Amino acid sequence: MKENNLTRGKVTGVIANLVMVDVDGPVSQNEICYINLEGVKLMAEVIKVFEKRAYIQVFESTRGLKVGTEVEFTKGMLEVTLGPGILSRNYDGLQHDLNKMDGVFLKRGDYTSALDDKKKWSFKPLAKKGDTVAAGDWLGEVNENEQPHKIMVPFKFEGRYKIKSVVSEGEYTVNDTIAVLTDQKDNEVPVTMVQKWPVKVPIKTYKNKPRPFKLLETGVRTMDTLNPIVEGGTGFIPGPFGSGKTVLQHAISKQAEADIVVVAACGERANEVVEIFAEFPEIEDPRTGRKLMERTTIIANTSNMPVAAREASVYTAMTIAEYYRAMGLKILLLADSTSRWAQALREMSNRMEELPGPDAFPMDLPAIISNFYSRAGFVYLNNGETGSITFIGTVSPAGGNLKEPVTESTKKAARCFYALSQQRADSKRYPAIDPIDSYSKYIEYPELQDYMKENISDTWVDNVMLVKNILIRGKEASEQINILGDDGVPISYHVDFWKSEVIDFIILQQDAFDPIDRSCPIPRQKYMLEKVLDVYDTSFEFESFEEVNPYFKRIINELKQMNYSEYESEQFKRHEKELYYIIDEKKSA
Amino acid sequence: METKAFQKIYTSITQITKATCSLNAEGVGYEELASVNGRLAQVVKIQGQNVTLQVFGGTEGIPSNAEVTFYGRPPVLKVSDDLAGRFFNSFGLPIDGGPEVEGDEREIGGPSVNPVRRKQPSELIATGIAGIDLNNTLVTGQKIPFFADPDQPFNQVMAMVALRAKADKIILGGMGLTNDDYLYFKNIFDSAGALDRIVSFVNTTEDPPVERLLVPDMALTAAEYFAVDRNENVLVLLTDMTLYADALSIVSNRMDQIPSKDSMPGSLYSDLAKLYEKAVQFPEGGSITIIAVTTLSGGDITHAIPDNTGYITEGQLFLRRDTEIGKVIVDPFRSLSRLKQLVIGKKTREDHPQVMNTAVRLYADAANARTKLENGFDLTDYDERTLKFAKEYSDRLLAIDVNIDTDTMLNTGWELFSENFTQAEVGIRKEMTDKYWPRKK
Repeated sequence: MKENNLTRGKVTGVIANLVMVDVDGPVSQNEICYINLEGVKLMAEVIKVFEKRAYIQVFESTRGLKVGTEVEFTKGMLEVTLGPGILSRNYDGLQHDLNKMDGVFLKRGDYTSALDDKKKWSFKPLAKKGDTVAAGDWLGEVNENEQPHKIMVPFKFEGRYKIKSVVSEGEYTVNDTIAVLTDQKDNEVPVTMVQKWPVKVPIKTYKNKPRPFKLLETGVRTMDTLNPIVEGGTGFIPGPFGSGKTVLQHAISKQAEADIVVVAACGERANEVVEIFAEFPEIEDPRTGRKLMERTTIIANTSNMPVAAREASVYTAMTIAEYYRAMGLKILLLADSTSRWAQALREMSNRMEELPGPDAFPMDLPAIISNFYSRAGFVYLNNGETGSITFIGTVSPAGGNLKEPVTESTKKAARCFYALSQQRADSKRYPAIDPIDSYSKYIEYPELQDYMKENISDTWVDNVMLVKNILIRGKEASEQINILGDDGVPISYHVDFWKSEVIDFIILQQDAFDPIDRSCPIPRQKYMLEKVLDVYDTSFEFESFEEVNPYFKRIINELKQMNYSEYESEQFKRHEKELYYIIDEKKSA
Repeated sequence: METKAFQKIYTSITQITKATCSLNAEGVGYEELASVNGRLAQVVKIQGQNVTLQVFGGTEGIPSNAEVTFYGRPPVLKVSDDLAGRFFNSFGLPIDGGPEVEGDEREIGGPSVNPVRRKQPSELIATGIAGIDLNNTLVTGQKIPFFADPDQPFNQVMAMVALRAKADKIILGGMGLTNDDYLYFKNIFDSAGALDRIVSFVNTTEDPPVERLLVPDMALTAAEYFAVDRNENVLVLLTDMTLYADALSIVSNRMDQIPSKDSMPGSLYSDLAKLYEKAVQFPEGGSITIIAVTTLSGGDITHAIPDNTGYITEGQLFLRRDTEIGKVIVDPFRSLSRLKQLVIGKKTREDHPQVMNTAVRLYADAANARTKLENGFDLTDYDERTLKFAKEYSDRLLAIDVNIDTDTMLNTGWELFSENFTQAEVGIRKEMTDKYWPRKK
């Protein structure tokens, strides 16, 4: 691109981070531009054009900005840099490497590069001279933190190409040419390990996107057993403050059966991100024995960082996830919290004086949210391999009220709903996911049911449905007891209630801080589910209702000790044995 | 703040509202300070030649030919060690009769800390109040508000916390303080002989409400000076943040912005987060801890101000009058310190988490027993004992006038357990009971 072709402009107005610019040439929606504020370049994005005036949102503080300041437009949209070396990095919302920035405080316009251009990667070719390739096809691979990182034909390439040459196995930096392709007109195009992609555009280099069907294990019982999420699925976690959203998201990011985890810390507390920074490099991934940080990338736009970049941060995270999905990997993408992203949209819409929708959010909020969620999914790549992005977002509903626009819009887009209940949180029943209000639409998918029958057990799905019923019956019994009094109901009501309490304490509740209990693999979940159903299937005899509570507390205690013991250890078996002694005490003949 | 000779003076105002005025001017920077007939103002909107100013002192009596001059810089605070022991107004000018402070000029509302440069908070702040130290331990670098009804003694409790916490500096940001409360703070700090480690920025109810918007930034800029330049542990007290948020809504209303929930501006979350996120543990040892007050109306925590605050801060503290003992306690049910798990049982005695949880659980049992009693059901022996426990727990631990160290709190906890319950009822891990259960006298 020639310098003199670029559009330039001059600032004519400022309202917080919304800036009006009069331009001397064409500009496009979402085009990136830089404001030259006394030598510091501030990045901004076009969000509205009216005649010769562009409205831009600045990704930085606009303090000191004056009318007449020069603005340069770039012709490009907001792009991320994709290549080996993204893993283990901490980026801001615009993919600048936070660790490369100097000083304790963030400086305006301190834009650091996303990748390390000095590091040498050992490249192995996967394609050969003469092959016909298209965007997203694998040319070779490098080893990134023990993950096979595929070097692909850049996603922006249209049509078919022929490989003219590929370098041989060896050490290369990201900017070295590793292949030369020729297009249909025989023009030569060099390819390096780096490519750029606009974040607001989905990467669609896959063959097709079927309905997801594979269970994604998270190790969290109340999710996996009752309301499972699938590889390529979408879910969201709404909850009032203090209900354990962040602890739950951290648990999922630590334990989930994914190759790569991308965390978008979007407008939340900085100390929570610091916790990830401090812990992830220390904690081991039990599946690989390597540190969790090696499979993780963090996009941090904490609540005190510029608001406009907050909106960009979720897109940056999604695009990175899509890049890795195109390599045939399983990605888990977490965004905490999508409400902050929606609020960023609201602030801008408000400054542009658009007519507001409900609660002053922009009218197209539901569309924006569902478009974003639709970028997740399980895909078959062109070479037959599979990849997936599982997306879980948290929502922070104002006043804990689930009838607000962000929760409602998300409910339409996401297929799993994990409602955190204040009541459960208050009574310290963690994770506070309400078992009755929450749902997973995937559990009704015959594809997933077949998968679970084959991989867990024939009776699994029926058992899960049964458990849901027991919980509902327990809730009804408890309501009756509260209304009529302990001695105003038949003893069987107490038994029904306590049988559901067994499930609550043993399956639903889980100690995220206990080294053993915090992660529960599927075989163990299956085993424990069978134990609690054994209790359920037993008919007991009690003389009076007063016996019921202490008796079931003993049952719960033994089962709880099993949860706290190493699976199938001596200790585990001892408590199991004790459990059956207790069951036999009151078993009716 | 004198005007300089070469400055251009504008005298033609085009629009005046209750909080803002507009005029045509050139070369003005965003967020720049200005003076309108001697009143301080700040640029909040530029549209071509037209500049809108937020006049902190209000626009009462401002004529359309008022003299307007621009300072060419955003609001600043002059920082140096001389700040200590002084009282200032919202603009950072002394109100205690002393001289102006000389020092480095720092822009207020400056940049945020790079999250990768933060350190995980790990030092506990002892206050001697069991409702805090035992149940909701505070940590340096934390931000936590009192959610309180206007009739509760939150300022007294906050002053007590501030004086007992071993902070190097205490910075008070008072927004809409009544003159009585302002004098109360002044006296209590004075009589505690702590004035030399206290800096105050005060906007009283006598001052214009929009001025309040400067107070937290002033206080936090001073805090950053002591925490970064001097590596000190700084405690910032902000009272009352509800009045700050109200001032935000006044300005946004005057600027014709569309309000979101509860008439608050749509940017309330970001506005509050920008302040609270200044709480930080720096790698070099300095820290900023923020204790704030958010007054509630009728205890409603779903209102936009406490709600947004709750999503930003690391927990919240509730005060409650316990009618059983007739004293104010820190409510063990609704209060929460999110950072306590970073220190309890690690920086404090190993039995801390267990004693804390068990006592709260037994206290909850007592609440259930009380409900039973109120509904006319019979109480069991266990119920009776929980009630007795609850009363003593409130009296000997939770009451805010109790001042003991954490080990004493834990020992008192064990005494109360052993006086009222069996080991099985308490249900603490055996290794702990073996070690700490008091021997029969």
